[in-house]
Amino acid sequence: MATATAPASRRHGRPHKRFDVRKTLWRMRREWSAYVFLAPGVIVFSVFTVFALIFAFYLTFHEWNILQPQKPFIGLQNYKDMIHDEHYRRSIINTFYYTGGSVPLTMLFGLVVALLLNQPIRLRGLFRTMYYLPVVTPFVVAAILWKWLYNSSYGLFDYYLLKAHLIDQPLLWLADKNLAMPSVILMSVWSGVGFSMVVYLAGLQSIPEELYEAAKVDGAGPFARLRYVTIPMLRPTTLFLLVVGIIGSFQIFTQIYIMTNGGPAERTTTMVFFIYQAAFKFYDMGYASTLAFGLFALLFVVTLLQLRLYRKGE
Amino acid sequence: MATIDETQMPLPTVPKPQRRGRRRHPGAVKAEWGPGRWVTYIVLVAGAIVFIAPFVWLISASFQGLGEIFSQPPKWIPQHPTTAGYRQFLNLGHLTNAQRGQGTGDWRWFANSAFVAFSVTFLQTFFNAMCAYVFAKRQFPGRNAIFMLFLATMMVPGQVTLIPNYIITKHIPLFGGNDILGLGGHGWLDSYWGLIMPGTVSAFGIFLLRQYMQSIPDELLDAARVDGANEFRIFARIVLPLCMPALAATAIFTFQGAWEDFLWPLIIISNPDRYTAPLGLALFVVKNETSWNLLFAGSVLSTLPMVLIFIIFQRKFIQGIALTGIK
Repeated sequence: MATATAPASRRHGRPHKRFDVRKTLWRMRREWSAYVFLAPGVIVFSVFTVFALIFAFYLTFHEWNILQPQKPFIGLQNYKDMIHDEHYRRSIINTFYYTGGSVPLTMLFGLVVALLLNQPIRLRGLFRTMYYLPVVTPFVVAAILWKWLYNSSYGLFDYYLLKAHLIDQPLLWLADKNLAMPSVILMSVWSGVGFSMVVYLAGLQSIPEELYEAAKVDGAGPFARLRYVTIPMLRPTTLFLLVVGIIGSFQIFTQIYIMTNGGPAERTTTMVFFIYQAAFKFYDMGYASTLAFGLFALLFVVTLLQLRLYRKGE
Repeated sequence: MATIDETQMPLPTVPKPQRRGRRRHPGAVKAEWGPGRWVTYIVLVAGAIVFIAPFVWLISASFQGLGEIFSQPPKWIPQHPTTAGYRQFLNLGHLTNAQRGQGTGDWRWFANSAFVAFSVTFLQTFFNAMCAYVFAKRQFPGRNAIFMLFLATMMVPGQVTLIPNYIITKHIPLFGGNDILGLGGHGWLDSYWGLIMPGTVSAFGIFLLRQYMQSIPDELLDAARVDGANEFRIFARIVLPLCMPALAATAIFTFQGAWEDFLWPLIIISNPDRYTAPLGLALFVVKNETSWNLLFAGSVLSTLPMVLIFIIFQRKFIQGIALTGIK
């Protein structure tokens, strides 16, 4: 630990005073118990996060197949492959499609339900629980359940849509090239609305009542109050949900694995699913690591952009 | 019921749920808006039905036979209720050959999930709290550097470390037939160690707890030191009890995440005896795609702990989400 921390604190302390090795060692000895407290966490963290990150980066420069004894260094080949990989590009497009569909819809429905629940009504707690139940449902269960609902020969969706004469023929849902992704999005909205509802409810309750009183004095009706008081005051909440939602939906995997397995015709192959396939179907760990860094870079840029846009708007 | 748990679990920081509209809340459209109220109820009830219907179907179907599940129109109330799906998925009691032919699950999957989720929750809460305490309340060389390292990794999505962690787990020295260099065996793959250990630290959890612990007055800790308590005693007797609300809130989310984790078990576990509930369920779908009666029973069983935890700790849940914004 001494060797790991000393250089860092030296860099930190340089502008103020000269780094004194003996003094630092003495302080370390005096505060030894702090290191004991840190030890379990730092050991696990060093192995499964710090070392793993370094190792992941190392992997990107190698052709690392689990089944092959040779793991040759190949320079930037993995990165070149990634840039020219049409399948990867398609998985990025699919991921954007999924994110662009599910995140705004989840937030919108969450806001609507939160606004409705923020009124003086009976059974608020019961309603809140009902809308929140899909959030506590494991993804695996939600995916299995919705796979059944979407089934074209005995699923509930087709049965009721046919009965209501909204469609003439059963829809294929997950097996239809153009419907598969919207179906996954619909399912994700169902499982995510409860979360944004709860966060919006917390945001709504922190808006001071005086603002509404003042708006009313100025003659603002319910919709004007919503437009000029509620929505602007909810901006931080909205940004938070947007960032968290995008980060979460970029990492969608379980639903895809169970509901569509990436099909039909790669229409639902998202980035993480593609990375999973590269690593554990084709055992190409080096390339899969490169792809994972690609995901990281994309997430990083998207998050930065959002924060930038947010600051600009302020 | 509501009044009982209000008196038994006083949580000073949580706003009391406003009921029956007697108290006005900010942003509320008030009773003056007569017909609008009805619209509100109709929309809320309709939405709630849409949200709940899949669960109602799931529970009902889990008590139906395969023939009934496939029948049209769909039966919302089982005509011949049976627990065969549950018995088959748990592989308990006497099963006929036909039932065995459908494929069976294993009750161990749920035991595994419970064991792993409890272990991860306990260890992570404890390790996080220890780290958070020294980051918040102690001065020692390297503190800022180590803390910054934790913070810096928070942005990195788990998929980046997934692949190296698989290889690391495989090469843990002296486990699973490995030699001291981590070669020759399968390490922590296919083991509880592999399921539990990588999840025992969370940079995000440390960050949250540290924020919370900074509000503990230093005088309190100094007073204990003057009284001769050592650092470990201070941590166990003063810091931990004071942090109980924050610890509980994060522990609930940790448990939930560990229970429903799917990708990591999918990667490192291949022995069916070590499957967790979500993994067993998901691989059961792949293998026995048509045994829906079992799948529905298994789904109910996998969801039940989550729903129970949510209902018991509902207020902590909502509070925790408001504070931390994690699912």
